[in-house]
Amino acid sequence: MHIVVCVKQVPDTRIIKVNPKTNTLDRRGIPAILNPFDSHAVEAGVRLKEKVGGTVSVLSMGPPNAVKMIRKCVEIGADEGYLISDRFFAGADTLATSYALYKAFEKMLEEKPVDIIICGKQTIDGDTGQVGPGIARRLDIPPITNVIEIKEVDEKAKKVVVKRKLEDGYEMIESSLPCLLTVEKDINPVSYSPLPNMIKAARYEPTIWKVDDLNDVDKKQLGLKGSPTIVAKMFAPPKLEGGKKIEGNAEQQSKQIVSLLLEKPELFEKKRGRA
Amino acid sequence: MPEKFDVIVVGAGPSGTSCAYKCAQAGLKVLQIERGEYPGSKNVMGGVLYRKQMEAVIPEFWKDAPVERAIVEQRAWLLDKDSMVTTSVKNNSWEEEPCNNYTILRAKFDQWFANKAVEAGSLLINETVVLECIVEEGKVVGVRTDRPDGDVYADVVVLADGVNSLLSKKLGYHNELKPEEVALTVMEVLNLPKEVINDRFNVTDNQGVTIELFGDATKGNLGTAFIYTNKESLNLGVGTTLSSMIKAKMKPYELIEYVKNHPMVSPLIKGAESAEYLAHLIPEGGYYSIPKLYGNGVLLVGDAAQMVNGIHREGSNMAMASGTLAAETIIAAKEKGDFSEDTLSSYKTAILDSFIGKDLKKYKDANHTFEEQPQYFKDYIPMINRAASGFLTVDGTSKRDKQREALKTFTKEKGTFTVVKDLYRAWKVMK
Repeated sequence: MHIVVCVKQVPDTRIIKVNPKTNTLDRRGIPAILNPFDSHAVEAGVRLKEKVGGTVSVLSMGPPNAVKMIRKCVEIGADEGYLISDRFFAGADTLATSYALYKAFEKMLEEKPVDIIICGKQTIDGDTGQVGPGIARRLDIPPITNVIEIKEVDEKAKKVVVKRKLEDGYEMIESSLPCLLTVEKDINPVSYSPLPNMIKAARYEPTIWKVDDLNDVDKKQLGLKGSPTIVAKMFAPPKLEGGKKIEGNAEQQSKQIVSLLLEKPELFEKKRGRA
Repeated sequence: MPEKFDVIVVGAGPSGTSCAYKCAQAGLKVLQIERGEYPGSKNVMGGVLYRKQMEAVIPEFWKDAPVERAIVEQRAWLLDKDSMVTTSVKNNSWEEEPCNNYTILRAKFDQWFANKAVEAGSLLINETVVLECIVEEGKVVGVRTDRPDGDVYADVVVLADGVNSLLSKKLGYHNELKPEEVALTVMEVLNLPKEVINDRFNVTDNQGVTIELFGDATKGNLGTAFIYTNKESLNLGVGTTLSSMIKAKMKPYELIEYVKNHPMVSPLIKGAESAEYLAHLIPEGGYYSIPKLYGNGVLLVGDAAQMVNGIHREGSNMAMASGTLAAETIIAAKEKGDFSEDTLSSYKTAILDSFIGKDLKKYKDANHTFEEQPQYFKDYIPMINRAASGFLTVDGTSKRDKQREALKTFTKEKGTFTVVKDLYRAWKVMK
């Protein structure tokens, strides 16, 4: 079984600061990391491989230094890594990114079929969650988002059963293969990589494709040119104000809480539909 | 079957990376293991990089290394509560390549340096803790890491795991560090715009200044504070021996606040934004604290070998030089195909014959003396301040009387005999 995991290198937003004057990110000295959601996606791919056999490839679009992040994926247990890297790809929004990755998949499919694609739910820099479904749409395979468990895989019957997390519960879905899953962090804890993987990763050189290595690419659909998204305005989120501390004995406290809750009837309205 | 390398280097600071680089360059199969997220992420020093020993590892490194400023001025402040006596040596030729010394930020520099070793062919693994050396029949044959399937083997293991070298302790090469053998230093990286630094320190864009502060900076205890200029930040730190901190009941974080708020310091750092807060132990035991440096299949380098000259705040250069000497020993051992204790003993000879051994021997008694004789930092520095301030205060007293008063500042409080004795003692340990 050929499992392909799509990954992205992102700035470590846990330590990034917003310049309050310009509203831009202050990237000075901020290290680039493997998108945390994607590390769970790679782990899911590796665990699936352990169960059903096959190979795990990772695919990414990014600058040349994203090789480091691909090595991180090899540490987790990926067998192969592919990076598409070219200035034509730069400045891409999710539409242009999914087009470029789709072209990379076409190239990959020349070598061997892909049975299942796994993506992280979203990146921590863009937060859109659109690239995964975008790739699925272009490849014309089913996208299944918010997956928290891969229940069964039947390679012969070309079927997969997964569990999705919804706002108000869970959903079990059966899909044909190939398909594309985007996974939540809940799908697994990323395990501590064994030493032989670390040594393998330190030596690993991924396959790097430039735009001309891919077939029939419409360059107008790539990078900044191919990105209809316009950032109209940027602002830093307002700083959170401290909450209110409720004091007194148990009875006083519960009375206060009840009266506070009653001031907000919107909390008790029944939610309809799903997000 | 776990893989076997020629050399495993534990730690990716200046000593470990120098060794890994030199070994890889000679065609040896090298594995370097670092516990931090990346080399430099856990490494701390004041910030002075000595050109000479770095150049010995990578010639003309300054052409692409992330250095901050070339140090053209070295100031020393003898600090009292609201006065100071200062000396300074400034030499603009220190800015001409090859410069004398540079300031660096370790997080950036160590990453660059370790990457050089990788380019030379060394394998680098981060985020991996080495738990112990694997010893078979009295010989170190590899290391055990905290990862699954975590054993890996090599002909020789280089311990570059820092001041509190747990690995050499486990081998019994090292005793538990005593409080008087180590200094605890806290440091902040303070961001300031380039122009502000240039103005306040009287330098141009690439010129840097180092200031060492004695006396009130450590509240009269054995230790120093320092301020070094980077491109767009200052490194400000302070440290004393752990024993002094214990004795004076000082808390390191209170001490650094004290320095930052000192009237002689605060104008220099006004408006600065604290970007990083770091703390580290520095080996200050000197010559007497050097542990067993070699064994069957194992060598100790850098801080792990306690190679720091506390008097001249030199450490990174000794680390690099010891890493280089270790590499030379290993390359020779590889040619012989013999990594026994006997063959590796040439490393110790090389260390003792180098400036490392000579300098540490020269100052072997300095730290102990100043630790046991607190008057140098506690009494004499304030006295020098009073004498100098008195001498330069114009109040109608004749200059000859002023001179006499200035000298009396010392003899009146201490007695001539004590002053002479103290001077002689200081000369003896520093000569």
